Amino acid sequence: MEKSVVFNGKLLPYLLLVPQLIITLVFFYWPASQAFWQSFLREDAFGLRSEFIGLENYQTLFAQPEYYKAMLTTLIFSTLVAVLSLAIALLFATQADKKLKAAAFYKTFMIWPYAVAPAVAGVLWIFMFHPSLGTLARPLRWMGFDWNPLLNGNHAMALVVMAAVWKQIAYNFLFFLAGLQSIPKSVLEAGAIDGAGPMRRFWTIVFPLLSPTTFFLLVVNIVYVFFDTFGIIDAVTEGGPAGATTTMVYKVYADGRLGGDLGSSAAQSVVLMAIVIALTAIQFRYVERKVQY
Amino acid sequence: MALRQFGAAAAVAVTLALGATPAHAVIEIRWWHAMTGGNNDVVNKLAADFNASQTEYKVMPSYKGSYPDTMNAGIAAFRAGNAPHIIQVFEVGTATMMSATGAIKPVYQLMKDANEPFDPKAYLPAITGYYSTSKGDMLSFPFNSSSMVMWINKDELKKAGVAGIPKTWPEVFDAARKLKAAGHATCGFSNAWTTWANIEQFSAWHNVPIGTKANGLDGFDTVLNFNGPLQVRHLQNLVDMEKDKTYDYSGRGNASEARFASGECAIFLTSSGYYGTVKGTAKFDFTSAPMPYYPDAPGAPQNSIIGGASLWVMGGKKPEEYKGVAKFFTFLSDTNRQVYLHEESGYLPITKAAYEKTKADGFYQKNPVLETPLKELTNKEPTENSRGLRFGNMVQMRDIWAEEIEAALAGQKTAQAALDAAVARGNTMLRAFEKTAK
Repeated sequence: MEKSVVFNGKLLPYLLLVPQLIITLVFFYWPASQAFWQSFLREDAFGLRSEFIGLENYQTLFAQPEYYKAMLTTLIFSTLVAVLSLAIALLFATQADKKLKAAAFYKTFMIWPYAVAPAVAGVLWIFMFHPSLGTLARPLRWMGFDWNPLLNGNHAMALVVMAAVWKQIAYNFLFFLAGLQSIPKSVLEAGAIDGAGPMRRFWTIVFPLLSPTTFFLLVVNIVYVFFDTFGIIDAVTEGGPAGATTTMVYKVYADGRLGGDLGSSAAQSVVLMAIVIALTAIQFRYVERKVQY
Repeated sequence: MALRQFGAAAAVAVTLALGATPAHAVIEIRWWHAMTGGNNDVVNKLAADFNASQTEYKVMPSYKGSYPDTMNAGIAAFRAGNAPHIIQVFEVGTATMMSATGAIKPVYQLMKDANEPFDPKAYLPAITGYYSTSKGDMLSFPFNSSSMVMWINKDELKKAGVAGIPKTWPEVFDAARKLKAAGHATCGFSNAWTTWANIEQFSAWHNVPIGTKANGLDGFDTVLNFNGPLQVRHLQNLVDMEKDKTYDYSGRGNASEARFASGECAIFLTSSGYYGTVKGTAKFDFTSAPMPYYPDAPGAPQNSIIGGASLWVMGGKKPEEYKGVAKFFTFLSDTNRQVYLHEESGYLPITKAAYEKTKADGFYQKNPVLETPLKELTNKEPTENSRGLRFGNMVQMRDIWAEEIEAALAGQKTAQAALDAAVARGNTMLRAFEKTAK
């Protein structure tokens, strides 16, 4: 009766886990703990003098009105990017899922932007929308619309949102398409026979059945906007004008890399890390309940 | 057995490695720089020429990305114990570099230790002053220097009926209005490098301070004070003219320089180093002129300050390697080489002899554009306000100043409020820097 396949050794499972654990420790916990430690230090750029200053970096940080402004900017930016990139990708995916000529062609092309590096994506959008050099900005100006992301904060925000959304749509599209294709046709046909129109079928059948994918993408997109977008912002607006596109992660980059203020930069990344962990926890705790697997 | 084999192999490898070292090893000097395009060729040619001129040392240049990238690569390499010998750092990184005692070797010290002939007076003070202590000791070796000039599209000015090249700000504003009326609807005049133009160069050129302690050259306890009436007046003028695009903002860096070459902006203030690009791309008759000034400001115009980059020598290297670096700097200072560099690249010559020789050769008669920045730099004997500037965290400080200028130009703040905020935020950063640099 004891013939069921069980590994008796206590060692083997751990041994098999070791590579994964090492990778996690080396590439996540170690740098994170370094950042945590650094956030209590004051150090010059060369690391010649280092001094433990307790919470001073955090106190200075939270005394800056610019930091709260960056938080608000992050909220606006991340909401816009996450909602738009998910909505547009879902729209494209439903369209591409239809029986079309050359569907494979469209699908392949839709995925390509994902292979573009964030900084390159930023430069592409600058070529199109730079107020005096951009190929699309000039017609805008000729039509009398005073397009000026160099001075108008809303224009600059629109520009970085467009670039960040464009970059992320491909990724979302891929997952939505896979999700759509796994929905059994029989369910949809049953709905159609019962007289449900295309819109109704989408909202009552497709959308709920797609919810695990949507939830996964929501988490991934939030992480994307919080961490991966500074390359785009750096290339397009450098956080300007007047700080209108300085998000929290861009500020981490600017203060640490351009300003050489590693202590404050580390403190900001710790705050950012805490926010993203909290957000992800909330998503799993509350949003996931609505997900139907 | 396996272990013994390994041991034997290792022994052989060590013997080989030792044996392979010739009696007179070539000493390698690593030089990290940020030069692209034609300037990259200049760097490689300088290194190749130096290497061919002697057999003891070999200078090996490598490109490390933009100015901030190169500086960060150097800092990271230092922290990892693997710094290059020479690193090119842009002018605004000067305070950070000089505060890193032990991480760098001051050039005057280097030349003295290596017994290389070195006379600081042979160099143009307007250039070396930026990279020297208040006592005049040269800390880094100026490499590519430029200054800010006003680029003029002569064809468009003629078409708009502007007689002569404007010299003062009121004349520029007048010309810009005429240009706008003549069809330049989106840009009467503009400038690149907004803080360099409207705060740093503007203040030096008008002999008003940017900060106390000779703009920070005399100590890190400097306090910013560029929110004076003249700077406020100038920014307010720009704000007023931005409304109808008589002046139009072109961003923080020099990405918008193409507005001049494309003909959109017929008056454009930017670096004299723009020459290399503009001579290849502009399809009109252009020239450069000194920066404009307010005629009622006492003492204006004073002299301009430089921009560009210098070569820093990193600390903790062997004496024989420093000897090679010193020889390389002597090689760079050679009059004929400086003349060649200046005429080829448009960089300013760093020695007085090179400037005089270029003048004597009649080069400026054919290329007056290249003499404009030199005339500006040597216009008057530099004062406390115009020797240069040295503020910690300057890279990011420029971004903060630019943010405030943008807020004013966008109509969110008055010019006074914007410059007050720029000064206050900048001072907070200076105090933070002072704490790390003490």
